Amino acid sequence: MRVLVLILMLLAPPAFALDPGEMFADPALEERARAIGRELRCLKCRNQSIFDSNAGIAKDLRVVVRERITAGDSDREILAYVQDRFGDYVLLKPPVAGHTYALWLTPVVLMLVGGLAFAAYMRRPRRAPEALSEADRAAAQALLKETP
Amino acid sequence: MIVETGHFALWLALVAALVQSAVPIWGAARGHPAAMRVADSAAQVQFLATAASFGALTYAFVVSDFSLRLTALNSHSAKPMLYKVTGVWANHEGSMLLWVLMLALFGVLISVFGRMIPVAMRATVLAVQGLIGVGFYAFILLTSNPFERLLNAPLDGQGMNPLLQDPGVAFHPPLLYLGYVGFSTAFSFAVAALITGRVDPAWARWMRPWVLFAWSGLTAGIALGSWWAYYELGWGGFWFWDPVENASFMPWLIGTALLHSAIVVEKRNALLKWTILLAILTFSLSLIGTFLVRSGILTSVHAFATDPERGAFILLMLCLYIGAALTLFAWRAGDLEDGGVFALWSRETGLLVNNLLLAVACGVVFVGTLYPLVLELITGDKISVGAPYFNQTFLPIFGVTMLAAGIGPFLSWKRARKADVLARAGKTTVVSLAVTAALVFALALRDPVGLLGIFIAAWLATATWQDLLRRCGLPHTPWTNALRRLAGLPRSAWGLYLGHLGLAVAAAGVIAVSVWRDEAIQTVDTGQATQVGPYEFTLIDIDNTTGPNYQTSIAAVRVTRDGALVAMLFPERRWYPVEQKPTTEAGIRTLWHGDLYAVLGDPNGSGGFVTRYYYNPGVPWMWLGAALIALAALISLADRRLRIGAPAARRMPLAQPAE
Repeated sequence: MRVLVLILMLLAPPAFALDPGEMFADPALEERARAIGRELRCLKCRNQSIFDSNAGIAKDLRVVVRERITAGDSDREILAYVQDRFGDYVLLKPPVAGHTYALWLTPVVLMLVGGLAFAAYMRRPRRAPEALSEADRAAAQALLKETP
Repeated sequence: MIVETGHFALWLALVAALVQSAVPIWGAARGHPAAMRVADSAAQVQFLATAASFGALTYAFVVSDFSLRLTALNSHSAKPMLYKVTGVWANHEGSMLLWVLMLALFGVLISVFGRMIPVAMRATVLAVQGLIGVGFYAFILLTSNPFERLLNAPLDGQGMNPLLQDPGVAFHPPLLYLGYVGFSTAFSFAVAALITGRVDPAWARWMRPWVLFAWSGLTAGIALGSWWAYYELGWGGFWFWDPVENASFMPWLIGTALLHSAIVVEKRNALLKWTILLAILTFSLSLIGTFLVRSGILTSVHAFATDPERGAFILLMLCLYIGAALTLFAWRAGDLEDGGVFALWSRETGLLVNNLLLAVACGVVFVGTLYPLVLELITGDKISVGAPYFNQTFLPIFGVTMLAAGIGPFLSWKRARKADVLARAGKTTVVSLAVTAALVFALALRDPVGLLGIFIAAWLATATWQDLLRRCGLPHTPWTNALRRLAGLPRSAWGLYLGHLGLAVAAAGVIAVSVWRDEAIQTVDTGQATQVGPYEFTLIDIDNTTGPNYQTSIAAVRVTRDGALVAMLFPERRWYPVEQKPTTEAGIRTLWHGDLYAVLGDPNGSGGFVTRYYYNPGVPWMWLGAALIALAALISLADRRLRIGAPAARRMPLAQPAE
């Protein structure tokens, strides 16, 4: 299956990620369409957004996004619309839900653990450095005299 | 015949690696100097054998010997010579051979340049290197033999992915492997330290040059890959948080931490356990990267082979090596004791904070990369973790890291004067705020995230200059004196300043292009002009011609600003008939502040063409910054070599100021 997907990807016609024909004339709407496009994954590509991809399905999704914008949906509604049909996999930014708590908490937890470890390390009881013995001192003096 | 010799040489290398991993360890345990010295000769034999093997495979590619399965599948007689040679590693088997060639190279370098390392330590280090080699030779010979023949040789080969037929990407793998595989030295030194029980400043001094060298290669390799994506894939992007990119980025992050913590061991005999752990983790992440890319778990331009058997083999090796090293660490690390004591406000703490932040940043990338794989394995849920996630989680942590990198050099070893540091950081703040404000007013830049980023980059650059000037004695000393001091700075100091400055420059570039890029996509006829930011792009002409192994349409695009000619761009659309694949070659003109970038797309059937035009501010800064960082490591390395040299080679003035 994966090989098939790869072959399909490579056979995709040499097209641009974004076709001028599909673009909005209004720059504000166009900017919105692109911002949404960057959040959605091209389903058969590696971590590429539909905005960046030239695959057919990416173009289809871009058209869907534009249709929803024309229909007056909000950004959030459009993302939900696509998510309902293709699942979480289509969102490049995973939703915050039961199966992604661990993912979203990772930075916080790592920061906390790191900070605590740091604090523990800085406060750890330290052994006082051993005083230099007379013999060591004499040896060091001898060494110092040798150096030109 | 030559090919069979290469195959034989690879088996010979395996035997040499076996000898290298067994005899010296035994010698070190029993105190036999002769047995320990076997490590050196075995490393040399191993390298010669692997080089011969690699040479034989290269020969098969150069003469287009299609009786070899690998060349038949991945080469073509009409390819230019450069790509016949680089085609050797543009496939799974050949790239693994390059991997072991690098490993053997590092082994032989240690045996030659590591003469000042006591023989027991050197023997143990080389034995561990040999052990890593054994696993990978076995992997190649058992699952990925590049020397397999075909019974019926085809008349010509099937060619090579045209995306990879490019000078930038041709040297991306060797540099990347220099880093990936070079970190094996850190691993070997760490394991050898755990085995021999010797971890002290001298140990760190022996290890650090290898880490610096590897890190420099990895930096250059990542930048080269990113550069290639930028000009070849044709939409001006350069980093996609793709798992394969992350696989190379993680060892870089932890390797950066390792570079810094090894300084603490070297100068202050502190953070011993942590440094050992980082050394093990850095190479472990390289191995995990190799596994992710080579196993076919991730589908991408890098995944030449999607073979579960190979994946399982690498996974097994991964668990063995990483597991064994971590077990050894758990068992032996308790015996290691930190010597140097330091205050809360000290260079040591600064470097520890650097390590903490880089480790957390790496952890975030690690979890983000592997989470979808693990989640699908456990629950079957399929999710994507893409750029929006990493931008939200990684970038803030890295921003703080850069702020810390700015004031880190202000802190002196052992105990810094807090008021002094704060006063200097205050000046940094004022200057960086002024720079940011100037950009707001002069260029009317408004994006808050972009301005925060610019502030951070300005902060790092300012702080770095500030510390450099202070090290030269300014403003309390005359200019002539300051220049003399500047020339007398140790190379490692140059490494520090150049490296941090490079990071600031690269970060400024990344921020500029992410926030202030101008873009226009349209269908145009020849002669039609398009406005992109302050520039006007005009499609002048399209020329259809042929290259060595492709057909191409080259467009001439004129770029003017206020009517004055700035540049002519020549974007191309190529078609490779052998591989039946198209590629785009962007037309790029680099100005000091940014790139003018044009891509030629499909004809619309009535004489017009789809074109994409960009003004990418800051992009040249990114490449300049990356080059500075890689160069900084090499400069610092030069310093190490002098200091590591035998005691006799002490021609440098003895009294160097401590860093």
